[in-house]
Formats: sequence, C-alpha cells, structure tokens
Amino acid sequence: MSTDNGRSLSLATRTAGGRLVPPAQRAEQANPHRRNALTSGHRACQGCGVALAARAVVDAAYRASGGKLVVVTATGCLEVFSTPYPESAWRVPWLHSLFANAASVASGVAAALYAQGREDVRVLAQGGDGATVDIGLACLSGMFERGDDVLYVCYDNEAYMNTGIQRSGATPPYARTATTEAVGGEPGNPPGTGKDLPRIALAHSIPYVATATIGDIHDLEAKVVNAMGVRGPRYLHVLTPCPLGWGSGPAETIALARLAQRSGLFPVFEARDGDITSVLPIRRPVPVEEYLRPQRRFAHLFADPDRRLLTRLQEFADSTKARYGLM
Amino acid sequence: MRSQREASRAVAEVVGRCRPQVVPAYPITPQTHIVEALGAMIRAGTLSPCVFLTVESEFAAMSAAIGASFAGSRTYTATASQGLLYMAEALFNASGLGAPIVMTVANRAVGAPINIWNDQSDAMSLRDCGWIQLYAPDNQAAVDLHVLAFRVAEALSLPVMVCMDGFVLTHAFEPLAVPTQAQVDNFLPPFRPRQVLDPGDPVTIGAMVGPEAFTEVKYLSAQRLDAAVNVFEWFAQEYAEITGRRYHAVESYRIEHADTVVVALGSAAGTLYELADAVPGVGVLLITMYRPFPARVVRGLLAAARRIIVLERAFAPGAGGIVTADVRAAVAGTSAMVHTVIGGLGGRPIRLASLHAVVTADALPDIHFLDLREDVVRREWERDPTVSAMEVRHVH
Amino acid sequence: MWQIRVHGRGGQGVVTAAELLADAAFRDGYEVQAFPSFGSERMGAPVTAYCRLDTRPIRIREPVVDADALLVIDASLLRLPETLAGLRTGGWVLVNSARTPQQLGVTSTASADVHIRWATVPATALARRYLGRVVPNAPMLGAFAALTRLVSLTAIEDALSDRFTAPIAEQNIRAARAAFASLQQVVTSDAQSA
Repeated sequence: MSTDNGRSLSLATRTAGGRLVPPAQRAEQANPHRRNALTSGHRACQGCGVALAARAVVDAAYRASGGKLVVVTATGCLEVFSTPYPESAWRVPWLHSLFANAASVASGVAAALYAQGREDVRVLAQGGDGATVDIGLACLSGMFERGDDVLYVCYDNEAYMNTGIQRSGATPPYARTATTEAVGGEPGNPPGTGKDLPRIALAHSIPYVATATIGDIHDLEAKVVNAMGVRGPRYLHVLTPCPLGWGSGPAETIALARLAQRSGLFPVFEARDGDITSVLPIRRPVPVEEYLRPQRRFAHLFADPDRRLLTRLQEFADSTKARYGLM
Repeated sequence: MRSQREASRAVAEVVGRCRPQVVPAYPITPQTHIVEALGAMIRAGTLSPCVFLTVESEFAAMSAAIGASFAGSRTYTATASQGLLYMAEALFNASGLGAPIVMTVANRAVGAPINIWNDQSDAMSLRDCGWIQLYAPDNQAAVDLHVLAFRVAEALSLPVMVCMDGFVLTHAFEPLAVPTQAQVDNFLPPFRPRQVLDPGDPVTIGAMVGPEAFTEVKYLSAQRLDAAVNVFEWFAQEYAEITGRRYHAVESYRIEHADTVVVALGSAAGTLYELADAVPGVGVLLITMYRPFPARVVRGLLAAARRIIVLERAFAPGAGGIVTADVRAAVAGTSAMVHTVIGGLGGRPIRLASLHAVVTADALPDIHFLDLREDVVRREWERDPTVSAMEVRHVH
Repeated sequence: MWQIRVHGRGGQGVVTAAELLADAAFRDGYEVQAFPSFGSERMGAPVTAYCRLDTRPIRIREPVVDADALLVIDASLLRLPETLAGLRTGGWVLVNSARTPQQLGVTSTASADVHIRWATVPATALARRYLGRVVPNAPMLGAFAALTRLVSLTAIEDALSDRFTAPIAEQNIRAARAAFASLQQVVTSDAQSA
C-alpha cells in the first residue's frame, strides 16, 4: 500500500507522512510526485530553515496552481544559495531582481499576466525578513494597497543573515547580532524596537494573512493552499530558524521552530480581510527558556543570575498568548 | 498629417499606439502630462489590453516594469530628475538582465537645490547604467523616437531611455504628426521576448554570477549595446519608408564648410540651426544617440572642424564637461580645439543671442558658463570669507 | 515671425489663450509654437505664456523677449516692469479693461524709442455676459484678431470648437465675436484720429 519509493522526506514521524498515514493526509513533501521546485544541489547551510520552508511553500503553491506558477525572489540567502551561475536549483519560472523590490516585480508580473489574459498563472513572491520588513516595506505596502494578485511569503530568520547576521526590523528583543552585540547595560537587540509585519499586513485589510513555522509542515502547506484559494494580495510570514545566525544545532531547526510556537513568542494564526479567523493553539506550552537556551544568540540572558531579561521575555510571551488567545 | 497638441500628449498617444501591456507610473514634474494621458487612455479602454499600475515610487515603477517585461509584456514608464535617481538600482538591474523596457525621461535638474526646470543632469548622471540613451532634438523626433525605441529595445533585449527636455519640449504646444496605428503596427511587431517566465518552459532569471564569469557577461552585454548604433540606423531607415521621417544617431547641419562646429544634445538643436544660418562658418552636430556613443561617426563628421564647441546642459562638478569628454576622445589625435559651454542649467533659457556672442567671440576659454551672472557670483564670493581667502579660479 | 506674450494671473486661462491662438494660427496656415513660462502655478499669481507664428518652421524655443504684441489679461500686471519688457516699437498691447487706454493712463511710448499701440477690450464683462464666468481668454483672442488681423476670427472659432464641448464652445465663440466687433470700431476710429 505504500507509494513511498524511498524519496519522501522524513522530517519527523507524522510530519511529512509515513507509510501509516493515509495518502490524503500526507503533506505535499511526502508526495513522491511533488514538483520539487527547489531541488537538491543548492548551497544552503546544513539545517537551513529557509531551504526547508521554501521547498514546502513553493511545492504546495505549485500544486495548488496546477503547475502554473511564477516565482519572484528577493536578494538574500535563498537566492544566493539556489542560483550560483551556471546552476539553478529552481524547477519553476523564477526571477530575481533586487533586494527591496520583490513585491513590485511580482506586481508587474501579475499585471502582465492579467493583460495577456493568463490569470490562470499565479504569482508568488519570496523574501527574507530584511527584504520584507525593512528595505522592501514600501514596495510591499504598495502591492497590498493596490490589490495586486500576489502571494508574498516572508521567510523570517530574524536578521540579515546572508550579509553576516546583522540586526533587522524583525530581530527579537535581546537577540545578539553583529550590530547588536551582547555587551553593555542593554545587551543584544533593544527591546521596544522592530516591526510586527503580520500586524502591518492585517492593517492593510488584505484578503489573507497568516503566520506559520517550519515546525508544522501540514499547517504551513495548508496555509499556502488557503492563500492560493483566494485572489488579491496575500501575505504569509514563516518563522525559519537559521542555525548559523541563531547559534543553534543544524539538526534542531524544526524543533526550535516548534518551541517558538509553543513558548508563545511566535503566535501562529490565520486572518481574512484584516481580522484573525483562527489561531494554532498551544497544546503543550513551554517556558521561553526552553526555546531560548539552545540558541547562542540568547546565551547572555542565561549569564545573569537574576534572570532579568528572561523574565521580561516570559512576560512578553505571556502577553502575546493572552493577546492572541493561544491557550 | 499634423495636428496641434501638447507634446506630452502626443508622446502618450504614440506610446499607446505601440501597444504596451503594462504601464507602471509614478508622477514627477514635468512628466505628469504623459502618464496622466496614458492613464486616461487605459481607463477609457482606448488602450487595451493594458494595466496602469499606480505605484508608490519610481523604484517600484521600474521594478514592476522589470517583472512585467520578463512575464512577456511590452512595458513602458516615464520619469525625471529625482525619480530617475530613485530608481537607479533598478535601471542597472533592467539593463543587466536584458529587459527591453522603454522609458521617457523628461530631463530635469537634480537637486539639491531643488529645481523643477530643465537641464540634462538626470540622464547624464546615469549615462553608464547600460541603457540606450536617445535625446530628442525636437518634439517630432520625441514622438518618432519612442516607436524606434521599442523596436531597437526588443531587437537587442536592452532598455531604452528617450530623453526630452522637460517643459521646453514636454509642455510645448505645436503641430505634430503622430504615426497612425496602422503605421506603428506596420513597423513594430508583437513583442517576442528573448527569455520569458513561462510555467511551460521554466527558466531562472537573475542568477548570481561570480568572478569566473562576470567579466564575460559584461563584455557580451557591452558588445550588444555597441551594436545599437547600427541597429538604430537600420530601423530608422525602415521607419522612414513608412512615415517619411528619417532619423540618425548623429545629425549634422551646415557642417561641410564649417570651421566651428557646435555639438549638442536635445532641444538646443533648433536654436543652433538658427545660429548656423546666421553665422557663416558655423555648423552643428546634433547627437541623438548618446549611449552607446557613436564615436566613429562623430569623429568622421568633425574631421574638418578647427574649433569644436560642446554645448552641455549639465556638467561634472570637479571635472568639467560630460559630453565634452566623449567628444574629445572621439577626435583624439586631430588638431581641433575643443571647448565646453555649459548652459541651460536649472531651466535658464539658452538664447540665440548668447550663443551668437559665444561663437563670434575672439577667444573662448576651455569652459564657459553661458549667461553666468557675474555680479551675483562676485557678491557671494565677497560674502563668504572662506571662499575669498582661497585661491579661486575664475570660471569665465 | 510674430512673437506674442500673454500676461495674466493663474486661473485666467493664460496658457489656454496662448494655445488657442497658436491653434487658430495653425488653421490659418502658419507654423506655430506655444508654451507657458513654467513654474508652480498658484491661483492669482502672475503667469506668462508665449506664442510664435511664422511662415517657416519655428526652431527656437526660448521665452519671448522681443515681443510683437502683448495680451494683458489682468490690467494690474501693467504695474510690473517685466510685462512690457522687450516690446518692439510699433508693438500692440491689448489690455483687458472696460476703460479706454486714455482712461487707463497709459502712454503711447514706454520709452523714447519704443512706440506702443494700445487697445483695450472689456473681456471680463464679455465673459461674464456670454459665459457666466470670468474666463476672459476667448474675448481677448477675438479682440486680438480684430486688432492685428494676424489670425482670422473663423480660425479662432474653429479652435474654440475643438477645445471645448459644444455648449461651452458656443458661449466662447459668441464672446469672441462680440469682442471682435467692439474692437473693429476702435480700430476704425483710431485710424481716423491717427
């Protein structure tokens, strides 16, 4: 009864879908006939969260669009590790322009397809947190407000990783980066700074906004499918741990993503037309410490015997849980 | 058949007849009348199928144009001055990737200080971004060059900038012949992209190229740009057969017996033709295609000139003339004296009388600022103790 | 070549006047050019526009300095020296005013060697009467046609028909005709007294 020809991935037990899971309930990544849009041979780091997420997202989008998909990617790790000339790991039509403009380029692609009467072809834009939250925010906002038919996916590893781990508008409080070192009275990224892009997306009242992590592939794929089921501007924000930047083990990427969700620090929800319609409840909550300890970027928090910053982060997690009704 | 209209509207009309499918537009003086007219045509359905994208910046305009172009649609936009600079990164991206976008640049000064009037500093500052640059000598040329631009762009897979002096050309109301739809269709075939984003035949566009191949990519790209001179002439001949109007990368007027030749780009052309008619021994070299620079043609036409005056509507602070450098390089080895006259900055009119005085003067310095208000300059020097204390070379 | 300047304030249709004049002259067979003095236009601020007519193609593009005629849509601008600057001797100045040139207090000479020919037309009143709005450019053009004989009234009417929709064009045409007729008289009587 197995259709597994040995090529399905084993992200974990029920995750992708082993032989004991009915085919219909398996993730697209368990499908041996999936597009494999981001195929092997790319140069991502061992344990790269972005590589895992991009493959899952694009394969799900590919399937949802019946194979009629055009992908636009911003400058960043994803583009760099997937297209070292003369090779490319992409098996879909794919365009990389600049750092800030993936959303605008995608808007242009969507406009062209519309003018050509080919609206059956769908457009997916991808960017890291730096490209999306900081330098590309104006372009993203423009795409949102114009109502352009693009699904924009942000792979959030919470810093400018490709350039050497510098702080971005998505870097969490107290995280150590090369531009927010863990020194001085307020070590790491200053609290109270940064942007909540999912909420900014909500404020634009676009048809679909969701957050997800690479820790739950079914949820991630389902959200891509849901997003592809509507037209207009759609935004998906995916937490994608970076072993190098976070100082975590390459084998821990999935586990860390789950812990982020379970700690309450990364709320996972789905929203339509500006209102949250569902959240992924925290079934087995964990204190923030369990999520933060495996990451060297938070090591300085544990050096303090009074655990001041840890306490503050726990308070922040608790208030997030309350705000989104995650418990 | 000519009819009276504002040149911006005529440009919008002819661009519409070129059947673009996507027009991303961000407004900036003095280009607004062009994009407004296009927007109205699209809204009214007279230009269809076409999507008018009201983008949130010039950077977004060029980015959307890149996306649309690679998705297989003929794409157009327009800008000026600050807007051109704001999309600078995207300009290099468009030419580097080979997107055959056509863009009007309504030449305007670049701040600071902020100035909305005409000069050519905007396009000049980006002369090496890999785009083909055409400068319209008058409004009829501005209209026709846009049609030629699409043809050349798509033949070479390179973007083309059609420059027209802001206000001076864009806002002039005069009789113009806009080629009919039939004429344009006869000349401009449907867009067939060299590479396109097609789910049926996926390609990767925009890969990362390292040291082992970057030089070759750039070299090949430069060769393609150089070919534009001949490609332009080829298509201009075809265009002339359809419309009766012939354009050249470089035009000359009364150059045969001229021992002084004034070289210029853009709308100063008309005034220079009047000058050449009025002053014996003066000829005009009008450069329409500035990038790639048609050095061989320029050298040939300037062979007999004893004195070359390059009239520039921009300059390189700290270095002098911009076009002058290209002209000097082209005539290197000949005995001609080359002078720079900088005029029209920030919208100051270039007057026939002033040019007359320049060409008939006994001696001309290397660099001369036309109609410089010496009294103002002197007064400011006197006011500023640091400047008057320094040795300042008089720029006469 | 004839070089004309139109002076007025923002909102009075200065640029339109120059364009209509050029359009009319084109219909009469001239080569033409019209353009505004460019700048941020505010309602009520002085605005200048230029028009050139010639029998051969017009190649220069600089603002009109040596004007052959001036249309002054707002009489208050006569106080500014730049309004009359560059006017050629024998040049016409047509002023929108209900008063006569004598009543306006303008002299026929701006300086010793520039002899100016003045004329006035109550364009605002005519506009109010025929259009119900104070947009005096059509009557100014009608008067200009009568005064200089440079363009025909018919051409002006055709230009107006082309520029505006039917009812508005009609009103403008009637205003232009009335101005043309009224200035006919002035020109005739002037010739008698000259």
